[in-house]
Formats: sequence, structure tokens, C-alpha cells
Amino acid sequence: MRIPKVIDGIDFGVMSPEDIRKMSVTKVIAADTYDEDGYPIERGLMDSRLGVVDPGLRCRTCGARAGECPGHFGHVELARQVIHVGYIDTVHDCLRATCRNKNCGRILLSTQKLEEFRKQLEDIKRNGGKWWEVSDQIVRSAATVEKCPHCGEKQLRIKFEKPTTFMEGKNRLTSSDVRERLENIKDDDALLLGIDLKVARPEWMILTVLPVPPVTVRPSITLESGVRSEDDLTHKLVDIIRINQRLAENIEAGAPHLIVEDLWELLQYHVTTYFDNGVSGIPPARHRSGRVLRTLAQRLRGKEGRFRGNLSGKRVDFSARTVVSPDPNISINEIGFPEHIAQILTIPVRVTEYNVEELRNLVRRGTDIYPGANNVISPEGKRYDLRYADREEIANKLEPGFIIERHLKDGDIVIFNRQPSLHRMSIMAHEVRVLPGRTFRLNLCVCPPYNADFDGDEMNVHAPQSEEAQAEARILMRVQEQILSPRFGGPIIGGIQDHITGAYMLTRKGTLLTREQTQQLLAYVGVFPELPKPVVREKGTEYWTGKQIFSMLLPKGLSTTFKAKVCENCARCKEEDCEIDAYVVIRDGQLLNGVIDARSYKALDRCEILDRIVKDYGTTAAREFLDRVTRLSIAAAVMFGFTTSIDDEDIPPEAKERISEIMDKARERVNKLIEVYNAGELEPLPGRSLRETLEMKIMEVLAESRDSAGTIAEKHLGLDNHAVIMARTGARGSMLNLTQMAACVGQQSVRGERLSRGYRRRTLPHYKPDDLGANARGFVSSSYKSGLGPLEFFFHAMGGREGLVDTAVRTAQSGYMQRRLINALQDLRVEYDGTVRDDRGAIVQFTYGEDGVDPARSDKGKAVNVEKLIERIIGGK
Amino acid sequence: MAGVSSDTIRSEVSKLKGELPDSIIRELQGSLLRVGKERAIMREQLEEIIKNARQAYTNAMVEPGEAVGTVAAQSIGEPGTQMTLRTFHYAGVAELNVTLGLPRIIEIIDARKTPSAPLMTIFLKEKFGKSKEKAREFAQKIELTTVEDVALQTETDLINIMFVITLNRSRLQRRGLTPTKVASSIKDTFKIDVGVDGYKLRMKPSTATLSELRRLATKVRILPLHGIKGITRVVVKMEKDEYVVYTEGSNLAEVLAMPEVDRARTMTNNIREIGEVLGIEAARNSIINEAVKTLEEQGLEVDLRHMMLAADMMTTSGEVRQVGRHGISGEKASVLARASFEITTKHLVDACVHGERDRLNGIIENVIAGQPIPLGTGSVELVMRREREGGSK
Repeated sequence: MRIPKVIDGIDFGVMSPEDIRKMSVTKVIAADTYDEDGYPIERGLMDSRLGVVDPGLRCRTCGARAGECPGHFGHVELARQVIHVGYIDTVHDCLRATCRNKNCGRILLSTQKLEEFRKQLEDIKRNGGKWWEVSDQIVRSAATVEKCPHCGEKQLRIKFEKPTTFMEGKNRLTSSDVRERLENIKDDDALLLGIDLKVARPEWMILTVLPVPPVTVRPSITLESGVRSEDDLTHKLVDIIRINQRLAENIEAGAPHLIVEDLWELLQYHVTTYFDNGVSGIPPARHRSGRVLRTLAQRLRGKEGRFRGNLSGKRVDFSARTVVSPDPNISINEIGFPEHIAQILTIPVRVTEYNVEELRNLVRRGTDIYPGANNVISPEGKRYDLRYADREEIANKLEPGFIIERHLKDGDIVIFNRQPSLHRMSIMAHEVRVLPGRTFRLNLCVCPPYNADFDGDEMNVHAPQSEEAQAEARILMRVQEQILSPRFGGPIIGGIQDHITGAYMLTRKGTLLTREQTQQLLAYVGVFPELPKPVVREKGTEYWTGKQIFSMLLPKGLSTTFKAKVCENCARCKEEDCEIDAYVVIRDGQLLNGVIDARSYKALDRCEILDRIVKDYGTTAAREFLDRVTRLSIAAAVMFGFTTSIDDEDIPPEAKERISEIMDKARERVNKLIEVYNAGELEPLPGRSLRETLEMKIMEVLAESRDSAGTIAEKHLGLDNHAVIMARTGARGSMLNLTQMAACVGQQSVRGERLSRGYRRRTLPHYKPDDLGANARGFVSSSYKSGLGPLEFFFHAMGGREGLVDTAVRTAQSGYMQRRLINALQDLRVEYDGTVRDDRGAIVQFTYGEDGVDPARSDKGKAVNVEKLIERIIGGK
Repeated sequence: MAGVSSDTIRSEVSKLKGELPDSIIRELQGSLLRVGKERAIMREQLEEIIKNARQAYTNAMVEPGEAVGTVAAQSIGEPGTQMTLRTFHYAGVAELNVTLGLPRIIEIIDARKTPSAPLMTIFLKEKFGKSKEKAREFAQKIELTTVEDVALQTETDLINIMFVITLNRSRLQRRGLTPTKVASSIKDTFKIDVGVDGYKLRMKPSTATLSELRRLATKVRILPLHGIKGITRVVVKMEKDEYVVYTEGSNLAEVLAMPEVDRARTMTNNIREIGEVLGIEAARNSIINEAVKTLEEQGLEVDLRHMMLAADMMTTSGEVRQVGRHGISGEKASVLARASFEITTKHLVDACVHGERDRLNGIIENVIAGQPIPLGTGSVELVMRREREGGSK
């Protein structure tokens, strides 16, 4: 086996001119790329010694073909020195802090002070700290010194003009002057200026020789028309070489000083933009077409730059992406996998004497017949593509030591992901289940962790290749291991929507099922237990309750007591005698009392039952429970029938009248308040202006009347109403949604205030200026069902628009916040001694979370659920 | 049959000390004692409970190598999409603006110098907190009053080069001031003569130029007459059985110095200020409290441990550091980690001059280098001695 190389560290340093020449394979002097015949020009920018990108050619340095040759550097001898923009701040610091006297060149601080700083610096250095931070202080104090304490030379102020010019008093410092100064800096002082002499010299920050990157770094592309198009870097290098040549010629010819200066400055500009085309102070270099060039710094920077776009996030093989759709019949651990994708994604399997026959068959079936194989790798490392090879021959050749890349099959582990990957449950491992169709299928219980729906969402799959990776995925990342969210220690995978209504309808009081129905339900679930005794026997038929059937799925020994979601929080709980059966009692795996609803097993809710099963019976039991109970609920919903339509929000005419009375009264009360305000008799709330007080009071009145209208509507919406069942059991929607449909939509708002903007002093021209009344400021007294008036509709749209804008802004803001948080905290991990440390090994917490408890394994944040423990061992009250 | 006595419970439970966190032991003991009063607890049951508690705690421990930092970041960040963006809301005290939701969380994480809505909750010592008058009096004492607050109108008389303030009588009275008092404090600060004429104050700048007059006018307008710097608005509220003073604006150091204040309970939402006045541990707790408060208000469930870790990371260096390029991320040991976050080129170039070495100990560096990351299963290094070459069937 190949032993992988391990990178232990990466050193950073500045290249000296000698380094650059030494690494160079050729001097580049020609500003051209290819000749008329399309061959690279010798000593040009595309010289074939710099590497090859065109197929067919060989590199003249290493002899390798395109794709294998990594490329080699060349160099350009600059006719005059040029400052490297990246180091401009350091150069500035060096100039400011050192003496201008050629023979001195020391830092402008007394020897004693320098020694102090040196001591401080070496202390930090010894401890592995950021010693160069000391040099900031040194520069700051040295920059203001007017007379050199070493030689007595009077100092002039150095002014830095963006991007690369230095002025000393009235004189301009040329790059050569600057370099001379930097050369004069004493070795002892360099360290104090933040320069590590082991890897850098101050004067190396001024370029005398420019490295030319290999062709592989700046490949040219051939367009369909056959025209070659060069990379931006090549363009920039052409500019540099051309100007460099002109400058050299002019100097040679003894051209006037002014012309040489101009060319020198132009060279500086080109070199500067070659490194960074985004420095402030100069116009960015542009392509002939006017497009801004993307030079070295731009390649690294930003979201799509080298660091974030290619190094921190990489493109991978063995992945697939398609639309997702639901399948309530597969397990939460599974993923319904299109056969077509299963034929493309493969897993390498090593041939042993135990599986040769099986694998031979796969090889014979080849790439097109499902389950087959795509490639065979011989022990020598030769690769056979089964699309073209003689499969029969290869199959017979198979013997231990071969590796075949076979199609994915049922039971293989794959990694499933939906972006944005906001938490670790956005990437989970599923077991493949090959199904007909072209979409990935997933169990509805895993929608919440992925935040997926089926309105066209696409998801990605990755097939881990090594046994090690597969084992890790299976043990650590499988869906059932992720039921509990580390965010709050409760289930994030659980029933949703119809799972809840179905369970409610099955377990509510009065649900009686015949033997046939009972068998039907259980058959759908796929369990065939012995039936318990029927509770009712009437006219010769036996009946079972829904609770009995539900109990068959509960693990033996499970005991718990809690209040269901439908509970109305009465002042005094009637417990077992609750009219709406909201008091849930489970003893030894038997649901004795109460209905099953969101409280019992809905994802992200309190999840009393599911929660207990995960924690007391393990994740496998929990997965089985969830798979079964969701199937049961859906079967029940299908059996009883469940539907909702607009007449679910019907309320009798008397109620409508009552509501419109309330609305009239509310408007009147608002008008009264306005009168009081206009009369100047309104008592302001402390710390608020009169107008603010008025607004608050009006909002209060309107909110109150909306609520009372809602209450009236609610009275006519009972628990036999399907829409109400959904709202009350927590399956979907809320009572507020229903009352908005049935009774009154309520106040529309922007920025938490009543609508006020639009026309001058009014919202719409239909109202008088300064009308503060309910209607004029966006109170919608109609219900969705009765329909909104034109003006109400407009106001409603105003409020709705704010919601949309809000969502868009919020995703951007919270995304950036999360990126920062992740970046700040990602290096933290728990060590074997229980401490939390960062990448330096510095202790951040002595015990994780002050008690060493993993929130994902805790009981709602607590390590031990004392109440439940005592209840279990001593027994309930 | 008689159960175990409460003494037995105490002694048995306290055997867990050192093994389990004190909070759990306390809860266990409390619950057992309470149940024990109602019903008999058998010896075996007690032992079973203690065994189970120990087991449950051991099961719930974090595993070494766990990426607790990333989990914490995700747990705080993920609910961000569900938070409201509304900056101002009236929480509890209807009279004061409070920053809530995502903007507040971002503000906490950013460790801003001053929050966008600084707020103090001042509790008073018993004898002041119980009386409405005394609480009011105190509130008035700390509220910052400037000349502008008591002026009816101010005008700059360009002909005579004079600044004229007309004071509002009722406002003066409410704050216990007189025109002469205002005049003398102006006189003392700017060393100029102030003519008092009823409720009119006239003053000339030291040099009679227009620009000087304007400078004087703006300075005089914001001259504080009394109160504490920064406290712009004060509201007194009855809470439970005492009066609590809420203020807009925050100045912890000076408020705590007031004799009426109950120093143990008085709070501000300015984390930096807490760090400066009360120390880094207090700042850390305040980060946790503020974050928890904000998340809870939004109805989002996030485990306390995640906030603790974020707060600890922000404060380990001894001062409050921001989560971002000017704080934690900007001070990372690794060049590559810094470069891959923000301001890429600067970090790379500086690293060259300083001759830095990236030891590749962190996560992102190893991702960049294409190596296993030192977390979870990647944090384990295995040394294996190969006893026998080849395998046997």
C-alpha cells in the first residue's frame, strides 16, 4: 500500500532575487506568445520549457506530457527596480522607522529603548506568540523622531502616496533609493521591524527580477473559431515585458531622464496591477474589451477565489444530484435510489476467494445491466473499462487481489445532503434502496433536519469508497443516530403533518375498529402481533380501540405521563377525566389514556414518547417505532378519510354578525381615542410622545377586537372539524390562521407600526389627509374567506411585501453570522482529559459545558432526568 | 414496610460527589427527599436509582474528539434564519426600545463597543426601592439633562453676536433647576459672562466672530446640567414588590458608584462595559445571559452549553474579542485559516515577511492541504505493530 505523505507544516517567506533566478528555467525576453505557425516562441511567454498545456507536446524541461508536467517558472530581469505592492506597508514602516543617513540606517530609537523592545519581542517569540506585533509599537514611536539618536542626522518626514510612491519632504524617493535604504538596515534591526532574516531581507521587497509563472498556471484557451485567447496573467506579463524592454532600450540609448522616469513609472504600474488589480489609488488594468483583468490577488480573494472556492471547498467524484420526492413506505434510514444513478456510482470491492463467483457475475453483466460493474483493476494497477473490454475474458481472469468497481446496490451506505448545510443533520448517511423512477426518495420524517420539501428541491448523494469511510458513515452519520439534535437535546426527526392527524384520529376517544380494520392497519404497518382482547363486543362483532392498536407499536415497559398538545391548560387539570382526552398515560407500553398528537412524536416538538424511546431503548428501537408509527398513522388517516376545504371555516350568520358588530365597535373606539388625542386630553405614557401613545393605544384596541372576533369564530369551530384538528393537534397551521380565514385578518403592519406611508399625510388618496382611523391605516376587518376589499387587499400586500424583504435580508445576514461563528469555533474539540482546547492546545473550558455532558445525549440539556428516573423505579403517583 | 430514612438518602446520594456534577446531585437529593416523605423508598430502589443516575451521566458524557466548536456554531447559527429581523420591539417595558432577534445576536457576537440600544436595569437598595418617591427622585438624579432639554427656544443673534436661550419654566422646575443655576454652570464651563433676564439667558463668545458664536451655541446646547453621562431616558417601573429603574443609555461605573443602587442586581446590556467595570468573568456571563435572553424571547431552544462555549472563546484571552476578522478569526495561529476567512492577500504577504510557519494543527488548514482533519475519528493516531505478515484463512 502507498503510504500517504503527511504535510507537517508550511513555511512562508520572501524570495530573494537569487532564489528566483535559481528556480527559473529560462529568462523570458520576448513579449510574444506564439509564432504564425502556432508554435511557442523561444524565450517567449509560452516557451515550452515553462511547461505544456496543449495535448501532444512535450515539456522541454521535464519531458512530461500535458497534464503530467506541473510547469516550471521562468523569470524577467527588470531594467529598473520596482516595489512589490503587497509589501508596501512593510516598506513604508521600514522607511519611517530608520535613519536616512546612508552610513547609519539604524532604527530611530535609542539603543537602550531598542534593547527593551528586543527583550519584549524575544519573550513573545520564545512562547511562540506573534512577536511582530511589537514592531508596530517600534515603528509608531520611531516614526515621529526628528533627529537620529545614533548619528544625529536630521530626519525628514516620509509621506506615502498610494499606491507605490514615497515622498521625503519635497523629493520623491525612487524605487532604487528605497532599496538602498532597505539595504542599509542592520541585521539586528530587521527583526525589530518585523522581518525574519531567516526567510526575508528588507530589500527583497523591492523587485529586481520578476518570476514568470508556468504556463499551467495561465493556460490559453482555443475558441471554437480557432482563435487563441490568452489568460489575463499572460496579458499582464506581455505588458510588463514590453515596457521593460522599452525601458531597457531607452536607458541603453541614453534617453532623457524624463522619458526614463515615465517608463519606469509605467513599469511600476504594470507590475503593481499584475500582483493586485484592485489597489486603491490607481485605475485597474483592463482588457481590450474593457473588462477588468483578474490578476494574482483577485485569483486568491473572495468567495470564488482559490482559498474559499477551491481549497476550502473542493469538487468531488462519486457524487450525484437529482430532485427529491417523498416515499412514506421506506425507512427513515433508507434513500430511494434511481437505478440509473446506481449504475453510474460505484464502490470498489476487493476480490477474495469468497466473493469471486459473485463478482464474476457482476463483471459479466457489465455496465448496462443493473447490478453490474463498471471497472476492473488488476493487482498490477491496470484498469479495464468494462464498456469496451471483453467482459467474459476479464471475468474468468478474476482472482483474489483484483478490485472491481461495482454498481451500488441495496444496503450500501451513501451520504445524503441538502444545501444550505446549516447543521450537521444536513448531511446524513442513508442505506441505498434501488427503486424505479428518476428521483431520490426520502421518508417524510427526515424532512425537518434537511429542511426539505418537494416543490422541486434537489439533493446530493456521495458514495464513500473506502471501507473505513463506509464504516464511519454507517456508525456515526446514519439517520437513526441523528434523531436527537445537539442543539437542544430533543428529536429533530419525527412525525410531521398527516402523521400527527392520523395518530390523533386513531387514538381519540370513540375510535372503534373491527377485526378486519384492525388487521388492515397492522398489515399496512407490517407487523403481525397477536391481537389483545377486544374491548367491546356488540351483536357478535368484536371491536378494538385505536389506543390498543397504537400500543402494539410501543416498546414493552415504556411508562410515561404527559399532557397532549390539544390540552387547554385548564386551571385545574382533570387528569384522566379530561373531556378532550389530553392527559396521556402510558404504562408498560400500553396507551391507557389520552390522545397521540404533536407532543408525542412530532419533530422539533417536545416529543415525549419518541424522546423516551431514543433515550431508554436506543436508536434502533426508535427508528423502528418511527417507521411503524408513521405508517400506522397514514393508514389510519386513509382509512378514516381526512380532508379539508374552505367550508371548514364556515361559521353561522349570527357569529358573522357578532363579529361585524365587534369591528364596528372597534372602529368607534379608535375614533374616540383620536378625538381625545385631537382635543389634547390624551395622557402620555411615560417616556413616549402623545402620538406614540395614541398609536400604541389604537393598536391595543384593534388587536383586542381581532382576538375577540377570533374567539367567537373559535366557538363554532370544534374538534370534529378537520382544519381544527390540524391546528389543535399541532399537525399544521394554527388557530390564528383559522380565525384569520373565518373571522378577521387584523392589522397590517410595516416595521411594527400601522401603515402610514404612501401619499402625503395619508396612505391612499381614498382617505382624507391625517386620517388616523382604523381603516385608513391598514386594519383589515374582513376575513380571508369573505374576501378583502380593494383597499384592504392593497394594505395586505404592503404587509406581505415586508415579510418577503425581511426573509431575503435575514438569510443573507444569518448566513454571514454563521460563517463567522464556524470560523471562530471550528478548531475547538474535546480532548481525552475532558478539556476543550483550540488548535494551539490552549484550554478554553476545563470541562465541556461545565459538566462534560453532550447536549445531543442529554435529556433536554440535563444529564439525568431525575423525575423520570424516580417515576420509573419507584412508580408513578 | 418502612423505607430508608432521609439521612440514608443524604449519605447515599452524597457518595456520588466528585463523580457527578453538583447540580445533578442536588436535584437528585431534593427529589428523593420529597418523594421519600410521601412514600417509602426501599433500600434496593434507592440503590437502583443511584446506579441508574450514575449510568445515565456516564452515557451522556461527550466523547473525546467531538467537534464541540462547530456544533456550537451551528446550533447558534442555524436558528438565525428563523429569527425576526425587527430591530425594535417593546419587551416587558413598553416605554423603552430593545434590540431583539437576529440583530441583537449579531451585536452580541460582534462584541460592539456600544449596543444600538444600550439599556440598564437598576435595582435599588431596600429603603429606596420600596418607595415610589425615592425611586423617582433617584431616577431624576441620574437622568442626563442638557441645556437643550430645559430650553424653550434658543437663538443666535447675529447682529449683536450673541446667543440667547429662553428657558422653559416647567421643565426647569421638574428638574429642580433655576435660571441662575443654569447660567452659572454655563459660566463655569466656558468662562464667559452670562446675563440672566428672567427666563432669558444671554451670552457672548470670548472672541466676537460668527464662527466662534456658532461653536459656542452648539456646545452650550449639549452642556450637561446634571445627571449621569450617557443616561438619556429614565423610566421607573413597579416590578414584583419594588420599584426598578430602567434607563436608556448605559454608564455602569457611575451608576454603581451611587449609594442608592443595589450593586448585586443592577445590570446593563453593554457587554464591553461589563467587561471593563466588573471584569472578564462578568463579561462572559453577560454574553451568555444576553444571548439566552434573546433566543428565548424568540422561542428558540438552544442548549446553554453552546452559548457558554462561544462566550468562553470570546473571552479566553482576557478581553472581549469579536467573532470575526477583528477578533478570534483575525488572531488565529494559522496563516491559512486567517487567509481563507477574510482579507486573504494581506495575511499571506505578512506571513511571508514574518517568516511564519503554519503548523497545520487546525481544521481548515488540513482541509486545504487535503489531509484528514484533527477532529473526531481524525484526531486518533494509531500505531500498530505488525506481528505477522500476511493473514491466515
